[in-house]
Amino acid sequence: MAFVDVENIFQSYGPRPIIERVNLAVAEGEFISIVGASGCGKSTFLRLLLAEERPTRGTIRIDGAEPALEPGRERGIVFQRYSVFPHMTVRDNIVAAEAFQTRWGFLGGAGRRAARDRAQETLDRIGLGHMGAAYPAALSGGMQQRLAIGQALTARPRVLLLDEPFGALDPGTRIAMHDFLMELQRETRMTVFMVTHDLEEGFKLGDRVIVFDKPRWDPTDPNAYGATITYDFDARNGGIPFQTIQEDTHVLQPV
Amino acid sequence: MQMRLINRRPGRPLTVFLALLPFVLALIGYTIASEIRLAANPADKLLPAPGTIIDTAVRLFTEGDRRSGRILLWHDTGVSLMRLAIGVSIAAIIGLVTGLLIGLLPHVRAALGIFVAVLSMIPPLAILPILFIVFGLGEVSKVVLIVIGITPFLIRDMSQRVIDIPTELIVKGQTLGASSMVIALRVALPQIMPRLIQAVRLSLGPAWLFLIAAEAIASDLGLGYRIFLVRRYLAMDVILTYVLWITALAFLIDWALRTLSRRLYPWAGEGL
Repeated sequence: MAFVDVENIFQSYGPRPIIERVNLAVAEGEFISIVGASGCGKSTFLRLLLAEERPTRGTIRIDGAEPALEPGRERGIVFQRYSVFPHMTVRDNIVAAEAFQTRWGFLGGAGRRAARDRAQETLDRIGLGHMGAAYPAALSGGMQQRLAIGQALTARPRVLLLDEPFGALDPGTRIAMHDFLMELQRETRMTVFMVTHDLEEGFKLGDRVIVFDKPRWDPTDPNAYGATITYDFDARNGGIPFQTIQEDTHVLQPV
Repeated sequence: MQMRLINRRPGRPLTVFLALLPFVLALIGYTIASEIRLAANPADKLLPAPGTIIDTAVRLFTEGDRRSGRILLWHDTGVSLMRLAIGVSIAAIIGLVTGLLIGLLPHVRAALGIFVAVLSMIPPLAILPILFIVFGLGEVSKVVLIVIGITPFLIRDMSQRVIDIPTELIVKGQTLGASSMVIALRVALPQIMPRLIQAVRLSLGPAWLFLIAAEAIASDLGLGYRIFLVRRYLAMDVILTYVLWITALAFLIDWALRTLSRRLYPWAGEGL
């Protein structure tokens, strides 16, 4: 069984179907880019993965567990907007990833000091070590998204979900964020789902690019049918498939 | 080129001048009206000259009562502010807690949402006689009138503010393992605290209204009581002194709350 197993998902809001017959099997450590036109159910699919909504039909299992009823620590999320808590300092945003599990949401004494030290390490790693005492409003868009990713990873989720995380960033910052994210992913071997509008970004970061589209279209009633996965590209090796030799051969390989 | 009016901004000196202008104009208007009436009848009591008001104010602030020797204005102020503080604090706490519950918990929202909306439509002054009958003529009925008067507004405003918190932040909290309690304490509560201070500032006007109404009807001390007492002698100089004093107090409290909000919640951004 695959690590993330999406089985025959349907989701409709009232009589309006949004996505239908979605099946997907994802191995642990894979990076999945999700692309598609607006209103094609990408964000709905991400909300279903997050367990913020439950599908009308079908199941989503992570590592064979029962389908989740609500969001929890096994699923991390980075949104495009409101991605961090504006009322906490940058360091407290990271500490919150540990403190929120406690009964009242606060760490005391030695636990807090240790968490603050670990938070400082995390901040140093994501290049925000000097901004620990600032509020997120003082950070640039790229810094805020780095903080959001750092915060999500501090909770050590099984699956990381990214909802157009770099959509609001300028092109230069965006490329820096790509390097940052790829480095983190190589290190943690985290399973990542990323919704994006940028095809190039999707192919650059993803191991697989899946496309949501409506396979059936009724011109007199555009909302009659939902969207599903219409393409599932192998995006490794720059999107050119069959570049890795699967079986052992006796052909001499360039060293 | 002629600039549009919406794009023309006053410089620093002009801003100060414009801010003072309405005050000066009001004072001049009053002085002229007073002069006209006093010229016709030197014994006129309706619009005392500004000098008379200042004399009265000095007397009220410094000289004790002839019978008891107490300076009544300070006693009035102390008693009134105490009633106001207790009433507004109770209302703020009820508003905050109920607002959090309604905003965060769908079951509580289903149970109380419409009820609070209906409750807030009851005119508080219309039930003042009931309060006097139930709670007597003492302190309790005055405090309760303030509480009843502003609590529904605070509850409705606080619940709306909680609902307005972006869903992303609530979901984010859940993915970090937060329980409902932790979401309430660490995500919702700090986000609406500046809003609470703002709502309290807005409800201070009605709170003063209810306080003075209650004091006017049954009391033996208090700013509203004094105004309605000296009304019988047409002592406009005393009434105007008290009105200006209440205005100054209300403005100071408002300013103090705004400063407090900026100190405590620097992340909330600048408000009015």
